[in-house]
Amino acid sequence: MSVSYYVVLAAALFTIGAVGVLIRRNAIVLFMCIELMLNAANLTLVTFSRINGTLDGQIMAFFVMVVAAAEVVVGLAIIMTIFRTRRSANVDEANLLKY
Amino acid sequence: MGSNVHFAAATGWLSTFWLLIAIPLASAAALLLLGRRADRWGHWLGVTSVAASFGLAVSYFFALRGVDERSAELRLFDFIDVGGLKVDIGLLLDPLSVVFVLLVTGVGALIHAYAVGYMAHDPGRRRFFAYFNLFVAAMLLLVLGNNYVMLYVGWEGVGLASYLLIAFWYAKPAAATAGKKAFLMNRVGDAGFVIAIFLMFATLGSVNFDDVSNGVGALATGTATVLGLLLLLGACGKSGQFPLQTWLPDAMEGPTPVSALIHAATMVTAGVYLIARSHPIFDAAPDAQTAVICVGAATLLIGAIIGCAKDDIKRILAYSTVSQIGYMFLAVGLGGVAYALGLIHLLAHGFFKAGLFLGAGSVMHSMNDQTDIRRFGGLWKPMKITWVTTGLGYLALIGIPPLSGFFTKEPIIGAAFDHAGWLGAVVGGAALLGAGLTAFYMTRLFVLTFHGPRRWTPDVGQPHESPPVMTVPLIALALGSLAAGALMMTSVVDWLTPVFGEHAESSEHWLITGATMAVTLTGVGLALVLFRKGTETEEQPAGILVTAARRNLYADAVNETIFEMPGKYLTRALVFLDNRGIDGLVNGLAAAVGGGSGRLRRLQTGYVRSYAMSILAGAVLVVVAMLAVTLG
Amino acid sequence: MNDFPFLSVLTAAPAVGGLVVALLPNSRPTLAKALSLGWSLVVLVGTITMYTAFKPGGDRFQFHESYRWIPSWDARLTFAVDGIALVMLLLIAVLVPVVMLASWHDTDGYGAKAGEDRHSAAPVGVVPARSASAYFSLLLFLESTMLGVFSAQDIFLFYVFFEIMLVPMYFLIGSYGGQRRQYAAVKFFLYSLVGGLFMLVAVIGLWVLGGHTFDWQKLVEADFTTGTERWLFLGFFIAFAIKAPFFPFHTWLPDAGGAAPAGSAALLVGVLDKVGTFGILRYCLPLFPNASRYFAPLALTLALVGVIYGALLAIGQNDLKRLVAYTSIAHFGFIGIGIFAFTTQSGTGAVLYMVNHGLATGLLFLVVGMLAARRGSAAVSDFGGAGKLVPVLAGVFLLAGLASLALPGTSPFVSEFLVLVGTFTVNKTVAVVATVGVVLAAGYVLWMIQRTTHGTVNPALAEVEGMKRDLSLREGIVVAPLIALILGLGVYPKPVLDVIDPAVRATLSDTGSTDPAPTHPAPTADAVSKESGK
Repeated sequence: MSVSYYVVLAAALFTIGAVGVLIRRNAIVLFMCIELMLNAANLTLVTFSRINGTLDGQIMAFFVMVVAAAEVVVGLAIIMTIFRTRRSANVDEANLLKY
Repeated sequence: MGSNVHFAAATGWLSTFWLLIAIPLASAAALLLLGRRADRWGHWLGVTSVAASFGLAVSYFFALRGVDERSAELRLFDFIDVGGLKVDIGLLLDPLSVVFVLLVTGVGALIHAYAVGYMAHDPGRRRFFAYFNLFVAAMLLLVLGNNYVMLYVGWEGVGLASYLLIAFWYAKPAAATAGKKAFLMNRVGDAGFVIAIFLMFATLGSVNFDDVSNGVGALATGTATVLGLLLLLGACGKSGQFPLQTWLPDAMEGPTPVSALIHAATMVTAGVYLIARSHPIFDAAPDAQTAVICVGAATLLIGAIIGCAKDDIKRILAYSTVSQIGYMFLAVGLGGVAYALGLIHLLAHGFFKAGLFLGAGSVMHSMNDQTDIRRFGGLWKPMKITWVTTGLGYLALIGIPPLSGFFTKEPIIGAAFDHAGWLGAVVGGAALLGAGLTAFYMTRLFVLTFHGPRRWTPDVGQPHESPPVMTVPLIALALGSLAAGALMMTSVVDWLTPVFGEHAESSEHWLITGATMAVTLTGVGLALVLFRKGTETEEQPAGILVTAARRNLYADAVNETIFEMPGKYLTRALVFLDNRGIDGLVNGLAAAVGGGSGRLRRLQTGYVRSYAMSILAGAVLVVVAMLAVTLG
Repeated sequence: MNDFPFLSVLTAAPAVGGLVVALLPNSRPTLAKALSLGWSLVVLVGTITMYTAFKPGGDRFQFHESYRWIPSWDARLTFAVDGIALVMLLLIAVLVPVVMLASWHDTDGYGAKAGEDRHSAAPVGVVPARSASAYFSLLLFLESTMLGVFSAQDIFLFYVFFEIMLVPMYFLIGSYGGQRRQYAAVKFFLYSLVGGLFMLVAVIGLWVLGGHTFDWQKLVEADFTTGTERWLFLGFFIAFAIKAPFFPFHTWLPDAGGAAPAGSAALLVGVLDKVGTFGILRYCLPLFPNASRYFAPLALTLALVGVIYGALLAIGQNDLKRLVAYTSIAHFGFIGIGIFAFTTQSGTGAVLYMVNHGLATGLLFLVVGMLAARRGSAAVSDFGGAGKLVPVLAGVFLLAGLASLALPGTSPFVSEFLVLVGTFTVNKTVAVVATVGVVLAAGYVLWMIQRTTHGTVNPALAEVEGMKRDLSLREGIVVAPLIALILGLGVYPKPVLDVIDPAVRATLSDTGSTDPAPTHPAPTADAVSKESGK
């Protein structure tokens, strides 16, 4: 059971998430990609925690989960509001906040 | 140089002589502060205060005769006491200052009285007397100070009073400009004076008259010369001497009593006082003395030449004043016995020139303020008192015996010829020529004003003699110019001995007396021939010399081209530089920052995904950097 | 009496008053004004009491107080004044009530209602009334910070006051000023802030290199290497040169002075800017004596350029307030010359100049404000012949102008004379060139007087309603104390000189300077009389 499997998996998940954030336009998908990146990070944390035999990483992972949950709550609320006014969940159309 | 000056402290009655200054000053303050409430009686307060000062001055004069050292010094309180610099509010009464105090308060009181009549119809009469009293107080401070700083304070004070009084009718643009010009040109001279004070402190460590007199001998001749030249610059400004003479004729925009008191009898002679007071410095600096002689000789000719070509009665008298002060400068520049000669001429001049100005004022009073002598004529008949008194002043000025001018001017010419070398001959010749020119222009003025056909403007009704409040001072001053000369020759020289030291008896100059009389009579005769029958009432075309003289020998034009125009352009250029250059630099920096931010904010596109891209790029950059550090 | 904590109480008192005034409702403007004026008069009384309790021959620093503040930095609330700071405190305490009285109607707006000083014919149109309680509480806050900056003896405390001082002034200019007030306020703020940052760097440097303390007394004894000392000096000097302002950092002053309401302009130029010259005396010279001497030629040159440059630019101005601001640049040049000539006379003269300039230029600004309030404009070309319309006001204007050109008999003469005479003993060229500035001063003052009050009456001016009213009683009370001080100190400057002189000598001894002896000292009169007696 090599560390590298976990780490490679996490890296792959993170890359999928990052590419998804960059190329997809739908806000919901964007969100799921972000979750993917967060969980990739969580996976790494738990892996190293296990290998090092300390609990720090696992505790950190809980923190990340809580933050992610909070973020989803706020984020989804914003997306809902935008959808209600614009009838669209396309992030490129919500571009009023600029120079 | 062995001079050993020590002033005795004032005691007894003499210790109250600060009252001389305090009384007119208090009166001026009261007149200004009380405002309109003092309109009805203010002028009499003004006259009384100066008359009271005169009364006190006479008593101090006699008290001073009883003091062996002929001096009384009064240190009232510390003015400045910082580091090595100690300046007292201190006063000094000595023979030299007493002479001036008597002149200022005596002639001043007469002219104050005259002004009551002259200014009777002016709504600003109270303000006029306030300024006039302020002038007397400042002038007394000038001559009574016991150190150069006090002298300078008085010096600036009379400058201020002069400014206020020249510009008294400030609604007239010409008067306002003349006042400003007088103040500015005086300030140029004052800069020289004040630098001289700095130099005294830097070299001698004191600005008191006694310390400077005692210490100046130890100075290098070069330093003493610089000191003398700086003082001369100050004196030239105040006394309207070349090259700072042009303000004095313009100062005639002020009321005539002002011209009589300030710009003829007293303030303009302050330069002579300064040089006489600083005689130890000039004695130690022969080159500076030569400069004084040259300035005096040049100015007396300039004044006389321009005086011949002017048609305005007050301006002729003003240039005459410039010229006569030139004689005084010449005298004090010669040094030795001539110091006293210069001062005697100053006193006599104070009487007759004040009388002449008041006479001119009397004439103007009855001629609707006309000042052009081409529009006078035949006035001797309706204005007998003015005619006689002005005539006496005129004869005194041109030096007809036995009037005072003869006794005072002729010795100066003699002393000039006595001066060693070719310089003596040149300045003596100039002084002699000046006497002839003086006779010419004064005769022209007198004849055109009082004699010949009437050339009055139509608006003049029947000219009338002035009221007694004006004629009595005229008579008093005329008597003064009649008697003063002889009296002064006998006693004033001896009186001034404690100040200037003993002197050898001057030799007799029968030849020079004869020559002076001949030149004078020639000038009178020439003017009589030319102007006996009156003159044209309009300006006639004239030759180069007369045109130049009418334009004040182009002195104003020179000032304008050399100082005013470049100054104006420099100022404008600097305003431009400040707004566009220095401020432009700052505002340019601000604009550059603003513009740069304007460009940078374009990065803020509003597309969430491009922000995400830049975050990723940043993260990659950080990772690369960390790898480079760990591996490299 | 000496144990009373004068400095902390006096510094805090106006701020407390300002807080109370700020809480007053806007509907009670007169109450706010009266309360502020009364409170500032109480502060004045307190300051005068302190002035009399000060012993001129005693310790250099008196009324010392020190309270715990930030122990980890060794920054304490330390207050103490020497003679230099003391006279400035008195100047502040005198000027603030005067300015308040002069600004009585500044917030009323023009043309709203007919009132004592409101002029329906103001050509700028109707200006809405603004909050009086805010304006007057800002003045009180400003007084507090100004008193604090001069009494602080801890460098960090000084820096804090130095920066806080900007805030009330920023609002006074930006909210209550005339045309281009926002531009002027921002410019003023940015200039001062940039200077302040230079100083902050130097303050931190001083703390790091000077033994981890902000205590002035300890830092004076700290030694620095030559290079360090010069950099630290420059940090402070640039801040103070901008504040003062010296050429070429001066361009904010005409804008700020021109846009600020007259009363605030009087405080700005009369007091606030003096923090610059005061700072040089208190911080640059004693802390960095060698660097001060090293940079003296540079500072003298800048000051000298300022004297001539300010005067020439003043001649070329068409706005009275800007004109007065430029004259101040020339005057600050004189102060700078006096400081960096390092002689007792010039240094004492410079400090006295700071006081006198506050009085004379303060008066000039206030009188210009009175004229501008009547005319609705401060442009010189809008006046002409005003002397016929408002003779008393024109007379006061003339007097203020004469004081500004340092006529003997007015107090600025004493200071200008001392500065120049002291400078002459060490540097003749500088003194002689500066004397040219004295001549130019006569030029700009008289030219200003002539164009505004002399000559034929400008017909447009005669129609303005306000010009039919001469000096009112309120305005008379405003100018009277300033005129009395100008004339009184002009004849008898001793009470102030006695306080300043020991402090200046102590400062100069910090820099290791001594006055040059006269080259050929004259024998004293006593010696002469003894000699002649023998």
